[in-house]
Amino acid sequence: MIDFLNSIIVLLNFIIIPGISYGSQLALGALGVTFVYAILRFANFAHGEIMSFGAMITILFTWFFQSQNIGLGILPTALLALPIGIIATIILCIISDKFVFQYYRYQKSVPVVLAMVSIGVMFVINAIIRIIIGTETIKFSDGQKFIMKAKQFKVMTGLNEGLALKSSQVITILITILLLTFTFWFLQKTKTGKSMRAFSDNEDLALLSGINPDRVVFTTWIIVGVLACVAGTLYGLDKSYKPIIYLNLVLPIFASAIVGGIGSPFGAVVGGYVIAFSEIMVTYAYKKFFVYLLPNSIEPTGLVQLLSTDYKFAVSFSILVIVLLIRPSGIFKGRVL
Amino acid sequence: MKFERYEWLAITIMISLFIFVGFIQGWSVSLVILNMCIISAIMTMGVNISWGYAGVINFGVMGFLAMGGLAAVLVSYPPIAESWQAGGRGLGISFALLIVLVIAVMYINKTVIQKRNRYILNSLIIFFGILIIRHFYLNATHNIEDVNPAIAGFLGGLGLPIIFSWIVGGLFAAGVAFVIGKVALGLRSDYLAIVTLGISEIVVSVLKHEEWLSRGVKNVIGLKRPVPYEIDLQNSDWFINLVTYLNSSKLNNIIDVNDRQQVLNNLIIDGSGIFVKLSYAILFLIVMLIIFYFANKAQLSPWGRMMRAIRDNETAANAMGKDVVKQHLIIFVIGAAIVGVAGAMLVTLDGLFTPSGYRPLRFTFIIWIMVIVGGSGNNLGAIFGGFVIWFSWIEAAPLTTFIINQLTIGLEPTNALKLHLLDSVPYFRYLFMGLILLLILRYRPKGIIPEKVRHS
Repeated sequence: MIDFLNSIIVLLNFIIIPGISYGSQLALGALGVTFVYAILRFANFAHGEIMSFGAMITILFTWFFQSQNIGLGILPTALLALPIGIIATIILCIISDKFVFQYYRYQKSVPVVLAMVSIGVMFVINAIIRIIIGTETIKFSDGQKFIMKAKQFKVMTGLNEGLALKSSQVITILITILLLTFTFWFLQKTKTGKSMRAFSDNEDLALLSGINPDRVVFTTWIIVGVLACVAGTLYGLDKSYKPIIYLNLVLPIFASAIVGGIGSPFGAVVGGYVIAFSEIMVTYAYKKFFVYLLPNSIEPTGLVQLLSTDYKFAVSFSILVIVLLIRPSGIFKGRVL
Repeated sequence: MKFERYEWLAITIMISLFIFVGFIQGWSVSLVILNMCIISAIMTMGVNISWGYAGVINFGVMGFLAMGGLAAVLVSYPPIAESWQAGGRGLGISFALLIVLVIAVMYINKTVIQKRNRYILNSLIIFFGILIIRHFYLNATHNIEDVNPAIAGFLGGLGLPIIFSWIVGGLFAAGVAFVIGKVALGLRSDYLAIVTLGISEIVVSVLKHEEWLSRGVKNVIGLKRPVPYEIDLQNSDWFINLVTYLNSSKLNNIIDVNDRQQVLNNLIIDGSGIFVKLSYAILFLIVMLIIFYFANKAQLSPWGRMMRAIRDNETAANAMGKDVVKQHLIIFVIGAAIVGVAGAMLVTLDGLFTPSGYRPLRFTFIIWIMVIVGGSGNNLGAIFGGFVIWFSWIEAAPLTTFIINQLTIGLEPTNALKLHLLDSVPYFRYLFMGLILLLILRYRPKGIIPEKVRHS
């Protein structure tokens, strides 16, 4: 029985908790990508950089608050700076729409051209970030680091295995729940949300019904800005902020959005968790788990690892390719909000 | 082939840029930039063929370049006998088993008709097959990586002249492209972009971590050159005579014998560097012109017109009996092969293979900016784009330094803002690239040298 509990704790500590927190970050990112895709109808390659931008502004204001000795006690100061980051990210989104994307929307350009345009935007934001904050790795989480340390847990329960709970993980999960609830409530219950869904479903019909497209697009960018900034900051808080990481993050985010069914918000969230869990589960070495679970005689000698951790990144893409082959519209049929 | 007046203008601009840099920053710098420009132009032509001719998007440039680079290693590096002895047999067995596995799966797909049984059988066979293969494979690779890990630890190559790898690199890239195309070409264009981008990342991560193949992140250095080494040139009589002859008037003005010898030595050292770079440039130029010639021929041929028809109206082309899927695959493979050639040339020029150096920003997106800026569908445009964008990528840093110094001329040299800006000079090139792309897409969406539409 003890062995069984130990093995469960191993799974919880190394797979489930990291999976949920990474999955939440991906889900928030994928939700942003999906919104742009559903309303503006293009794949936004700049999304990673928008996330990075939000995180950068949050870091700058975190530094400012820290220098003024304003803090939140046990919570990281970044939470205080997050609203400012969100506002800055929204402004960035709206500026990039006004000066860049709007023109192509009015021209009714094909999606590929808009994707190219978003690559241009990606380069510009990328440069701005590097010019302002450099390329160094930045750790900006302060306050209490752990809610529960592995040792505390061992003493508390008397088990062999420890269970560590980082505060950044708990914050990530709580904020994600909050934000997702709000987003889905907004889409389902408010008038603006309904008009967004209508616009995504059938643009011409929505226009005929008197929905103002500019207003819908404006709201979309606000939501995208909020989601991107929060996702970027949470990722940075959890794993330390590094500007070049976010370009690599774009690919798992796209994978999540497409696997879930691009254009479907619920699908994006599910996709985020699917990608995160498969990345972690395929590359985790299960030796410890089996050592607890199996009798001594058939204990595994190797690491019991499906793929080495070097291929973490390849996993999300293999899943993407498989899903596209078997079910091109994703797990939940995409295309509409 | 007849060039229009603006095309001649573009060619003149390209040439004069290098002469200008030659006079300002020295011929060595100019030739270094020229070599990379030519390679970039070849990559750009590769992308241009699939995107410009047929509208097939290829965001996997980085992966195909890496395949080309791998070819350069596998062709030119001398074989390492010990490694073959240590793990050759194990690897052979695992590859043979892999082929057996693939055949078994194909056989099951053909014979077992019921869908559920087929899935169950297939997954069982694949699961256990992979377990067995892994056993042999891991043992073999482990043994290979243990052979002299500081300098070897991989199988080595064939030991042939590196110039063959340019063709092999094209073939490697074409092979990978064929697999990708079979899997992904049915997808809509923006999905295809994401999928190719992702697969190229997978290719690079395989190259990074399979150390038995090409030493992974430990890099392969010291690949043999197709052109002479500087040190050999400096010791060969004909080269010394050549330098003396070319600089005879200058040398004759120096009366003191020791001084003259000193000047001559410096000239020979400079000259050998330039000679090597010039030989590279000539080799690359030949390849570029060959590809340019055939790409243009193909574009003007009936096949090229069919491609344009498929690009402009897929449904209509399909209705006319053209096999759109097959043609898409063909052109995707051809485009990737040309990129692969460029990849092999890139590694040849550097003399080393560093898988961790392949980053999408530098090797996929910049190439795409070259295509868009130069003009998709026009090969001269592609070359022009490659030259201009690579040139501005390199010359952005000096230009930025100049601009920042001019703008902050009123500030003190120790001003924090000025120092910070000067520190971040290398990042301004991304800003320039983004702005150039956005401006071109807005004001000249067909590129600087647009496609010529011929009616015949």
